[in-house]
This record gives sequence, structure tokens and C-alpha cells, in this order.
Amino acid sequence: MKKIIKYVIADILRNKIVLAYTFFLLVISLSVFSIEDNAGKGLLSLLNVILIIVPLVSIVFSTIYIYNSAEFIELLVSQPLQRKKIWISLFAGLAGSLTLAFLGGAGIPIIIYAPAATGLIMVGMGVLLSVIFVAIAMLGAVSTRDKAKGIGIAILLWLYFSLLFDGLVVFILFQFQDYPLEKPMVVISGLNPIDLGRILILLKMDISAMMGYTGAVFKDFFGTGAGFTIALLVMFCWVMVPAWLSLRKFNRKDL
Amino acid sequence: MHETFKAMIIATNVSKHFGKPVALNNVSVTCNKGECIALIGPNGSGKTTLIKSILGMVVPDNGFITFNGKNILHDWLYREFIGYMPQTGRYPENMTIGQVLDMMKDIRKKSKNRQLDEELADAFKLGSLLDKRMRTLSGGTRQKVSACLAFLFNPDVLILDEPTAGLDPVASEILKEKIISEKKKGKLVLITSHVLSELDDLVTQVIYMQDGNLIFHKSLENLRKDTGEDKLSRAIANVMMKK
Repeated sequence: MKKIIKYVIADILRNKIVLAYTFFLLVISLSVFSIEDNAGKGLLSLLNVILIIVPLVSIVFSTIYIYNSAEFIELLVSQPLQRKKIWISLFAGLAGSLTLAFLGGAGIPIIIYAPAATGLIMVGMGVLLSVIFVAIAMLGAVSTRDKAKGIGIAILLWLYFSLLFDGLVVFILFQFQDYPLEKPMVVISGLNPIDLGRILILLKMDISAMMGYTGAVFKDFFGTGAGFTIALLVMFCWVMVPAWLSLRKFNRKDL
Repeated sequence: MHETFKAMIIATNVSKHFGKPVALNNVSVTCNKGECIALIGPNGSGKTTLIKSILGMVVPDNGFITFNGKNILHDWLYREFIGYMPQTGRYPENMTIGQVLDMMKDIRKKSKNRQLDEELADAFKLGSLLDKRMRTLSGGTRQKVSACLAFLFNPDVLILDEPTAGLDPVASEILKEKIISEKKKGKLVLITSHVLSELDDLVTQVIYMQDGNLIFHKSLENLRKDTGEDKLSRAIANVMMKK
């Protein structure tokens, strides 16, 4: 299995997109921290960039990579290798290289300029979001044979998680504004890993006061150790469930 | 007991559908050690699907396949004993021939007591092409790489899907010689081909398939006797005419 991961990572590094992504994150984070004199403000500006860019690059790059590796996968499947191991190796290679890219591009500057808890949480969320969107991409890519359709699905999923979901939530809030929705909102936020990441980071920034009563409920729940642990567990489910479903599909797939 | 010992691959009632048309319909075959079997049939008759089912690349809807007495479902180690040459070799496009060969050797290193068989790579003079990227290769050179990979690990079973398609006459003659010499070592060889004339001096058994059904599985002698034709191509033509 290590051998396959090695070949996957070597292959990813060879196509240079991941290096460009690292460089891009590095430029953004360094410029944000040098423009703002206050590291907290810098983090806040970086927050939105990370929450948009990291999922987008992870899901689109992984989807295209899986489709382009069709030949490689076919070659490996006819060899004495377990399908499960081939798929997990692909996942590990993709998640590993995108995580490294994020750590190199955004993680190191954040830790240098803002080495407090907020910065660490932000790095952690960036890593988790990278891995989550690799898992989602693998589920999308294994579900359809058509490359154009697969990439379309990946982009739609990203749009859904970063824009449409919030729109839906606002819509629901307005429709049911006569009801106390603060507590259900905690559950609903778990349905979107990007929102969950944003909430966990914002709460650490102590600007939850700006989020009104819902913010206070969030603070009550996620601010406690138990709430934070549950949120992390939900994030792990966002990795494991798509990864497991994609593995199941891959095991039964005809190549 | 002797008979069952010889049987390497047994497919029992294997069926597979891709959407509506039946790719394989209740196919049962037994392939024994030392045989050289030709899989013949019109395009889309299920030959490649049968081969891919044996390799575990296609999962049958029904039925099961055993390799050396073990069900291949959920097993993968049996592929160590198979060399597979696909119809169209598809390889990672930005790797060189050398890298692909090294990678395969690296991945299959576990089969340590097997000696690498680089006879074909030498005969095809692949040594001078090792730095070429897979995407720049012609169809014939790709076929040569596929052939080398199939024979490289000295497997007990060789599965060759249209091995000579796209090869020049010299290369296809080299490959035929190689197949004959491996057959003499007692290996099981499964070949599909549309060029029936070149199968004459290779095969001992013929499997004829049509629309996913196995029409017959006979030894070449029996086929010759039944049809009264000496050449395989005429014998098959004879069978197809009667249908």
C-alpha cells in the first residue's frame, strides 16, 4: 500500500498544480498578514479565503485526478492487489498532498503570525476541509463514468456547500422567524462542514457577539469542551462516510 | 481426481448484464493446465467480459469463478499467477516506459521466487525506448509494452486479449514464438483473436461465443473432425454458416 501511495504522490507532484496551489495560498496569506497590522484582523480576512478556496481546489483537483488516473487504476486492478488498498492509497495520496500543500501555503504563515488558539483552529479546520472534500470528490468520481458529468457534480457540490446551503438556511430562518430556531440551527450547521468550520473558528475569535442570539446559542454549545468534541466528531464523519461509501462503490465497480 | 487437479480456472454459470444486452449468459468453462485456448466470437460476443470477469475487473451478476480451487470473489492474490495483456493497453500517460516497468516490478516484488522473464523486452528492443513517455507511443509500441508486462513475472496463466492487433509482422512473429514456448512449459494460455489463421499452430482448444452465450468448447482436433475442415478459419466459417 505504501508503494501505491508513493506513486500517487510522485504523480501529483509531477503535475505541478498542487505546487501552484501552495504558492497561491502562500502569497495570499503573507500579503494578508503584512497588510493588516493586527494578526486577528489578518486571520479574519484569511478565513473567508480559506473557506472558499480550500474546498474548491480539493474537490475539483481530486475529481479530475481520479478521472485521469482511470488507466492507472485499471492497470493496478489487474495486478495482485486488493481493490480496497488501491482506493485507500489514492485517497491517502490525494488527502496527504493537498494537506501538505495547505500546511505549506497557509499553515506555516498562520502559525508564524498568529500562533494563538485561533490560528491553530484555523489550520486544523483547513486540513479537515481539505480531507473532507477529497472524500466527497472520490464519492462523486466513482459514481459516474462520464468525466464531464463528474466534474460538473464536483462544482455543483462545492456551490451547494459554500453558497446554496447558506441561502437555504437564511430562507428557512425567514420563513420560520416566528419560531425559536436557535437550537435547530446548531444541528443544521452540522449538515455543512464549511459552516461548521466557520463557526468553530469564529467562536474562537470572540466575535460571536456579532451573530446575535443564535451566536449566543452557538457559543453555549460549541464553546464547551463537549460541544467542540461533538463538532469535531461530526467533521470526522464528513470524512469517513463519503470515503466509506466511495470504497463500497469502487469494490463493486466494473472496470 | 487427476482431472480436477489439472483444472486451473473454472467458471460456473457466470452471467453479466451491462444495461439491457446480456454480456454473458450462464457461461460455464473449465480451463486446464497446459492448454492453449482460443476464445473466438463476433464483436460484442462477451469474450473480453469473460476475461475481465476472470481477472476480477468485472464482477459477475450471477455465478462464480474459481482459480486453483478457490473462489476469486474477495480474493486478489491469485492474480499473482496471471499475466494479462489487455486489448488496448492503457497506462499512466505521463510516465515513461521504464517507469511503468519499474513500477510493476516494484508492486509485484512479493512474488520473489519467480524469476523475471525479460526475453520479450529484449526481443522487442524496448531497452532503447525506456525514456519515452507513454502518451507519445504508437499503438504497436503500447502493445509491446503490454506483452512484456504480461510475460514479465513468469505467470502460470497467460490471458492475451487480441495480442497481435497493431503489431508489425516481425513483432507478432516474436510474440507467437514466445506464446508457443510458454505453452510448452505447461502454462495455461487464453487468447482471443480475430486473425484465425495465426491461431492454427497455437491453440489446442476452441471456445466459440455468440451474444454472450457459449456455443461450444471443443478441442481443435474434434472441431476439425466435426467440420471436416483442416484450417481453423474454415472450420469456424463452417460453424457460423450452419447457425
